[in-house]
Amino acid sequence: MATTLSREDLLRAYRMMKTIREFEERVHTEFATGDIPGFVHLYAGEEASATGVCMHLNENDKIASTHRGHGHCIAKGVDVDGMMAEIYGKATGTCRGKGGSMHIADLDMGMMGANGIVGGGPPLICGAGLAAKFKKKNGVAIAFVGDGGSNQGTTLESLNLATVWQLPCIFVMENNGYAESTASKWSVACKDIVERAHGFGMPGVMVDGHDFFAVYEAAGEAVQRARGGAGPTLIECKLNRYFGHFEGDAQTYRGVDEVKKLRETKDCINGFAKRVTGAGMLSRAELDAIDKQVLAQIDSAVAKAKAAPKPAASELLTDVYMSY
Amino acid sequence: MARTITFQQAINEALSQEMARDPSVIVMGEDNVGGMGADGEMDAWGGVLGVTKGLYPKYGERVMDTPISESAFIGAAIGAATAGMRPVAELMFIDFMGVCFDQIFNQAAKFRYMFGGKAKTPVVIRTMVGAGFRAAAQHSQMLYSIFTHIPGLKVVIPATPYDAKGLMIQSIRDNDPVIFCEHKMLYGVQGEVPEEIYTIPFGEANVAREGKNVTVVTLGRMLHVALEAAANLAKNNIQCEVIDLRTTSPMDEDTILESVQKTGRLVVVDEANPRCNIATDVSAIVAQKAFRALKAPIEMVTAPHTPVPFSPDLEDLYIPNAAKIEAAVVKVMAYKG
Repeated sequence: MATTLSREDLLRAYRMMKTIREFEERVHTEFATGDIPGFVHLYAGEEASATGVCMHLNENDKIASTHRGHGHCIAKGVDVDGMMAEIYGKATGTCRGKGGSMHIADLDMGMMGANGIVGGGPPLICGAGLAAKFKKKNGVAIAFVGDGGSNQGTTLESLNLATVWQLPCIFVMENNGYAESTASKWSVACKDIVERAHGFGMPGVMVDGHDFFAVYEAAGEAVQRARGGAGPTLIECKLNRYFGHFEGDAQTYRGVDEVKKLRETKDCINGFAKRVTGAGMLSRAELDAIDKQVLAQIDSAVAKAKAAPKPAASELLTDVYMSY
Repeated sequence: MARTITFQQAINEALSQEMARDPSVIVMGEDNVGGMGADGEMDAWGGVLGVTKGLYPKYGERVMDTPISESAFIGAAIGAATAGMRPVAELMFIDFMGVCFDQIFNQAAKFRYMFGGKAKTPVVIRTMVGAGFRAAAQHSQMLYSIFTHIPGLKVVIPATPYDAKGLMIQSIRDNDPVIFCEHKMLYGVQGEVPEEIYTIPFGEANVAREGKNVTVVTLGRMLHVALEAAANLAKNNIQCEVIDLRTTSPMDEDTILESVQKTGRLVVVDEANPRCNIATDVSAIVAQKAFRALKAPIEMVTAPHTPVPFSPDLEDLYIPNAAKIEAAVVKVMAYKG
């Protein structure tokens, strides 16, 4: 499957992962200044999962995300300026400042929302898959779920429903090892989440979520199955997050130097770069050029977000039916 | 042309006519077809009490059975709505909201606002409400107040076959999530219903009986009980104006306030438990906005603050009846500052 990726695909994948990384590293830094309100959950470290999956999708396809949603949004094509402004709670944000980090959505792009409720997305994705089935345009619908969300009843019910209704759905279980501060090796009763696929009558695939190519290949097969009317698939991506559950999490539950070692040995972007440059598919200079462009893009997004107006007071009462 | 049909037939007709008109309308719920995957007949049930019977033979795969997984299929209906369908999902009994409430109040209700006005969620959740069926504590509640509390949801409680059809069609066409509460004791009630398609706008109460002495605000099955009480009271020359709210979100404050301005007395009748229900809500609005018009303290006739009992004798005591309404009306009439 990896061989089917063109140079343009590889450049796009690298840019996507790098954009997510830079976005998250920057939000991490900016959050520390106190300018960003509320809860922020960062996706840094997990980029290969969102990218490897969303590289297969078009605007007609739908995804539902989690509280750790920035990476999925970027991978699905949501405008980075709008996202940054949303995180700052500004009028120019994707949701006009009314959603925030945990609720970035762009229905036009097929992004059905980050979600503040763990396990909130899978039922919705069954619905998106059902709509795709009725519309007969070969659409697929993908729920990203964390290891914590994999234990929610909503997720388990959705796995069952997706098979019963033979929906074009894919459940991507991003197992980053921790539900908040609780280790998944303790909270997930089976050894691997992927084992659950069997119980719900669908294929399950486990991949190294640090490896873009592994994710891309597994997702490609699942998307093909879904588009071909062969029903849902569960993919477990074993991966790691670089930051805490949310910003401000001191992560004392993690091992000494755990994150440092992960960054040195498991980093998905370094791994990707090494592989594509080593195989002579892309040059380091090309990647450096992308790095520079991405950095400038994120700088600009932050500057625009900071300068953007706050929502007008009248916005409080719009976009909802008022009967009082 | 109007003819007499039941409340249940009126809802079925509304669903069928909207499905015929708009291919994006789909119907789903536990046993909404009945017989799925079994060896016998299809459309065996058409819903647990038969409200959706006959739709599957007409509309095939657009009428769907579901596993008993309310979170998954109510959520799926909501997700399908955001993706361009107009699903009507049946939550068999409103009491079952406990197993799927997140999808309704954290997801469906929030999308339009939380996503900056860009999301439409045209889903209807049909659900059975109310006591009287000897169905006991977990199949008899009047939980519409909980949904009315949530911004982003619209809440509909029809009382007559005519209203059931017009409000259902309106609900399907509305772009916000609608909770459509069907009182199980009304399914067999008959009334005149036009064969034609028509809608009843939300937020327009129905003045079911005019009167000058006391305003009686009510909804759902209690409309019929209030009308019975009003007929009895009229024999003693007490004229009640009986207002059926029809929808609690939005709620027609103007019709209530205008009536209280005229009568100066208010009795609110609500089959729900007494705390934080529609009766307390209406009372608060009138106390705040028509205080000077009141000639007597507001009276509320509600169920007691208990679960719904099983024993028929106890359940009959639980449900507000005409005698209780009449006593409340007599009390406000007798009040002397």
